Amino acid sequence: MTEPAAAPPSAPLSAPLSAPLEISFDYTRSLGPVLSQFMTGLAQRTIYGSRGVDGRVYAPPAEYDPVTFGPPADLVPVGPAGTVLTWSWQPEPREGQPLGRPFAWALIRLDGADTAMLHAVDAGSAALMSTGMRVRPRWAAERHGHICDIECFEPEADGPVLTGNGQQAASQSAGVPGMDGRPVTMMTTPVRLHYQHTASAEESRYLRALQAGKLTGQRCPACGKVYIPPRGACPVDGVPTATDVELPDTGIVTTFCVVNVPFHGQRIPSPYVAAQVLLDGADIAFQHLILGCEPDEVRMGMRVRAVWKPAAEWGTTAENISHFEPTGEPDAPYDSYARHL
Amino acid sequence: MSDVAVIGFAEAPNVRSTDGTTNGVEMLVPIFREVFDQTGLTKSDIGFWCSGSSDYLAGRAFSFVSAVDAIGAFPPVMESHVEMDGAFALYEAWVKVLTGEADIALAYGFGKSSAGDLRRVLALQLDPYLMAPLWPDSVSVAALQARLGLEQGIWTERAMAEVAVRSRAAAMSNARAQLSGQVSADELLAAPLLADPLRAHDCAPVTDGAAVVIIAAAERARELCERPAWISGFEHRIDSGQLGARDLTRSASATAAGTAAGAAGVDVAELHAPFTHQELILRDALGLAEPVLVSPSGGALAGNPLFAAGLARIGHAARQIISGAAGRALGHATSGPALQQNLVCVMEAR
Repeated sequence: MTEPAAAPPSAPLSAPLSAPLEISFDYTRSLGPVLSQFMTGLAQRTIYGSRGVDGRVYAPPAEYDPVTFGPPADLVPVGPAGTVLTWSWQPEPREGQPLGRPFAWALIRLDGADTAMLHAVDAGSAALMSTGMRVRPRWAAERHGHICDIECFEPEADGPVLTGNGQQAASQSAGVPGMDGRPVTMMTTPVRLHYQHTASAEESRYLRALQAGKLTGQRCPACGKVYIPPRGACPVDGVPTATDVELPDTGIVTTFCVVNVPFHGQRIPSPYVAAQVLLDGADIAFQHLILGCEPDEVRMGMRVRAVWKPAAEWGTTAENISHFEPTGEPDAPYDSYARHL
Repeated sequence: MSDVAVIGFAEAPNVRSTDGTTNGVEMLVPIFREVFDQTGLTKSDIGFWCSGSSDYLAGRAFSFVSAVDAIGAFPPVMESHVEMDGAFALYEAWVKVLTGEADIALAYGFGKSSAGDLRRVLALQLDPYLMAPLWPDSVSVAALQARLGLEQGIWTERAMAEVAVRSRAAAMSNARAQLSGQVSADELLAAPLLADPLRAHDCAPVTDGAAVVIIAAAERARELCERPAWISGFEHRIDSGQLGARDLTRSASATAAGTAAGAAGVDVAELHAPFTHQELILRDALGLAEPVLVSPSGGALAGNPLFAAGLARIGHAARQIISGAAGRALGHATSGPALQQNLVCVMEAR
């Protein structure tokens, strides 16, 4: 094995297509007995820890005893004030974080606990933060049994306990989860992430050709197979596919299904047909719609042709082809496409 | 049980961002070619493939499936995947060879960290009930750990800066490194704080990259490599996921993994320490004192491609043995916040 002298040279490429990709999902999780009690407590402005068999109080509570791994004994209230054990400064808060202005992250040992919990401290500036400082929770005005029921912690020197609305804390309990005797058993956490999704160089050439009304695949230099859309590497040989191949917009149905089930975002009234279409000259089929005939007329080996949208609507997308429709030619014999099934 | 050795390693250039896709194919194809050229093997010689990558990094479900195109998986191959660093994929591959299910196995890891906001993405590896909903970013979490050691007098800002100085100087001999050069601790300490108490030099850069390691059972290893890096210990351990429930100034799991793997007596150690203070914690946890050479590749501070950087550390450590520079070497990988999980692979010449 030798030291590489430098990065291997890469072929010059026109810039690949890329676009923002946003992913969001509400994770809904069941809490289990320990965290259910903890979250129910938060809704009631009480923070619970668990007492281990070693006598230590864990806050937040340990779901299983850290020594015996059995269920913890009854939870015990801690804090709610505590001491900062360590902190770091967040000068530019990021999406989703507890505060929209610069704040500190801290590990806070709540009074009566032996371990620390992570949360934000609204101190105003890093100069006002110090290890050993006393803090207490600032409760959110609306609480649901969630770690965000604690809006943040704030320096204890800042005066009377305030709620998120700046109102004096009250023992008002109507409508608060857990106060009606029903524990909080689920929590929902929205997650939103932002990406810049990049198509491969080969996919970019394919998409740009589509914008010009052409179907372009690529041929593997080793085995000669033609892939559309092109894949970047031949799955048989693991080598980049290098040669562009223009393909006609005619082909056959290799296999298909009739969609009868309605779903969110469905654009075509069911029943309709989604099929694997193998273009003439291609070695891999892709999925598209078969319209222009009754669903029960679609069959394996049926000859089809692309129906393009008006050219004015074309973009760098496979949606330029509205669907495929039968050509009326005789069906392809089974043996001609059997290896593509 | 069979003896198993590392016989090949390659890594993609560590860069801030690539034009490539999140499925890693563009980074993987050239390094597979490189590692096959090194060993004289072809893809049909590989009995088991295992990858490490993450859908969270890619922003797509089952993103690793497209990467399989880069290995040429038709006719079908025996393949597996871990949603962890490629070092943990190598562990799975090692078990496959140990149990006699494959003679030669290949592990790879890849990550396009630049596709998303890495600091936010990494918040999702935290406890999903108590921490992740607050979105604590990876740098802020490491900064909590750094301050504990600073204020307890376990390390200093200067000692941390010196870790960065050493990393960048070492990386000058690593053509694939992202950050390298001669800098002084004074220059680094003059920079503003990024996340008090951390400065930019304390944090590994955001890196796109990939790495591949080939291992082989005894007879094949001797055939294929003049001086194989024999794996004499391979262990991983984990600490509590609750940041406030363990001593963050130490790494009990790294010590446990190092002791079990036989870390004592190594000549060289490649550490996966994404923050300067974490190298100091790991040196202590693994008992690495002078004259042990630490991270001659520059380590993760010179380039930290997520899901590949740990595997690359094992590869660089193996390279020290294969080249004859060392007799006994250690590769380390970490995963999770604040060194929560630690893996140690000890290799030796025989």
